[in-house]
Amino acid sequence: MTTTEVPSVDNGVNVAALLAAREALTAAPEAAQFQWRARCQWVYGTHARTTIEDFSGLGTEQSHRTAFAVDTDHPEIFASEDNAMTPVEMVLAGLAGCLTAGVAAVATNRGVKLQAVTATLEGDMDIQGILGIDPDVRNGFGGITVRYEIAADAPRAEVEAIVAQSQKRSAVYDIVTNPTNVVVTVA
Amino acid sequence: MAVTAVVVIGAGPAGLAMSACLRDESIDHVLLERSEVAHSWRHERWDSLRTLTPNWMNRLPGLPYAGDDPDGYMTAAEVADSLVRYGQVIDAPVQTGTTVVALRPANPGWHVDTDQGRWRCRAVVIATGATSHPRIPTIAAQLPAAIQQLSPTHYRNPDHLGPGRVLVVGASASGIQIADELTRSGRDVTLAVGEHVRLPRTYRGRDIHWWMDTIGLADERWNEIDDLARARRLPSPQLAGTPDRRSCDLNALQAAGAAAVGRVVGVSGGRVQCSGSLANLVTNADLKQNRLLDRIDAFAAEAALNDIASDRPAPTTIATPRTEVSLAGIDTVIWATGYRPTYPWLDTALLDRRGQIIHEGGVMAMPGLYALGLPLLRRRKSSFLDGIGADTVDLTTHLRAHLDRNVAAA
Repeated sequence: MTTTEVPSVDNGVNVAALLAAREALTAAPEAAQFQWRARCQWVYGTHARTTIEDFSGLGTEQSHRTAFAVDTDHPEIFASEDNAMTPVEMVLAGLAGCLTAGVAAVATNRGVKLQAVTATLEGDMDIQGILGIDPDVRNGFGGITVRYEIAADAPRAEVEAIVAQSQKRSAVYDIVTNPTNVVVTVA
Repeated sequence: MAVTAVVVIGAGPAGLAMSACLRDESIDHVLLERSEVAHSWRHERWDSLRTLTPNWMNRLPGLPYAGDDPDGYMTAAEVADSLVRYGQVIDAPVQTGTTVVALRPANPGWHVDTDQGRWRCRAVVIATGATSHPRIPTIAAQLPAAIQQLSPTHYRNPDHLGPGRVLVVGASASGIQIADELTRSGRDVTLAVGEHVRLPRTYRGRDIHWWMDTIGLADERWNEIDDLARARRLPSPQLAGTPDRRSCDLNALQAAGAAAVGRVVGVSGGRVQCSGSLANLVTNADLKQNRLLDRIDAFAAEAALNDIASDRPAPTTIATPRTEVSLAGIDTVIWATGYRPTYPWLDTALLDRRGQIIHEGGVMAMPGLYALGLPLLRRRKSSFLDGIGADTVDLTTHLRAHLDRNVAAA
């Protein structure tokens, strides 16, 4: 009863492959178990470099086409050297990248051609939390707003539905909106 | 060992409707009922509950609605009374106080083992209901012991609760109605909202169920629906059958004084953590509601049913989005987080990995086994009393053919 129709628009997302994967992994849930990894090295001061290369999934070890490195640091107003974006900004980048990939995939699946997609993210933070000034203030974002501007061949309600569905299927949106157990150890 | 052609498990609306159809076909059968006719409607519903559908739709094969309030909504007790009368009118052969403990192939046919002995039969219809077991998340175990925890099957009315604040988890039909009743009784209520289906009680002067029936949506077949598994998992709509026919959505609840927060995702340090995804859930529900109302508008324009202007509900707004709720002062938590029937007496090969019956429109994989009275069994309206009749007629036809084949082969 499951029909896999190949959508007729091209936004550069291989939706047919995604739908086929969904079908295959429904039958073999163990292959759906993935592990994502990152290795971080302190450079100097607040500057760190994180390298990402291998991961696991589909029942075996996988690796990216090449190793990727991202640097993080703090800005000069925090008395740092500002060699790179802050880690919290990278969280915004992760959220934006995840939601936008989702917009492209959902739009393609629904036969909507995208001309341009722009997202503007704002994460509000009261740094009295991280500075330990006020224990009632949390360290993280008090809230995040994401504003999309989308040019597409579809009425506004359909575009809104695509953006809504993208949030529903987004890993980073879930990571940011829901708690996750985090265990940190020292070897 | 007793022998019959068909064993029907459960004597609620679905089981009784099946009995009426089998009787019309002169097929020998028995209904095995763990307790008494309409037990769930009598004992596992809160006092103020009324049907989600208007009375004219609260009909079963051979039992049209005969009261004087076709546009009203009958109480759970009235449903139970009418089911008992129905059982008497159709002379349903109910064996009460009988719990099924195992169902096994008997080659040919089936053995149904109960705490009152064994039945041998050629077909079995499972009509044990969709709301027999509340599904409560494991997170419930992390709440302090002093907090009273209830499911909708045990909640009765506001007077039964402690005097403190109440957290209602779940904003589908059960949660929204209980939160509404508690808020109106003067309680300080926080409602945790997960995925939900928003519907106005009335639109353009008519009941929303009248519209869904009229435009053909209620009759959409299970095999015409894109993502059936998801559609079957959809929670019941945010509707209440109150006599004043008011909508019972998040805007109305907040206006009455309740607070709405996101899905409960954790308990930590005297606080309940709530998902930050509520904005997306309410947007999704609003978009989906508007797609339905667009469909109704298009139909109304074609069918000249647009005599009353569109009264589209306002978009949902969440007054103070919060991601945590302090447990201080909360003495009751009500888990209105859905239901998941269990079948401990059924071969697990007949169940999916969520423990739910695998079936094609009520026809199970092994010949002679049927399921009835489950959400979207054969049509969208299967989730309501009004859908049981058509489903039962369809399955009776299939069952009749099975028995005839069975006889020919013997």
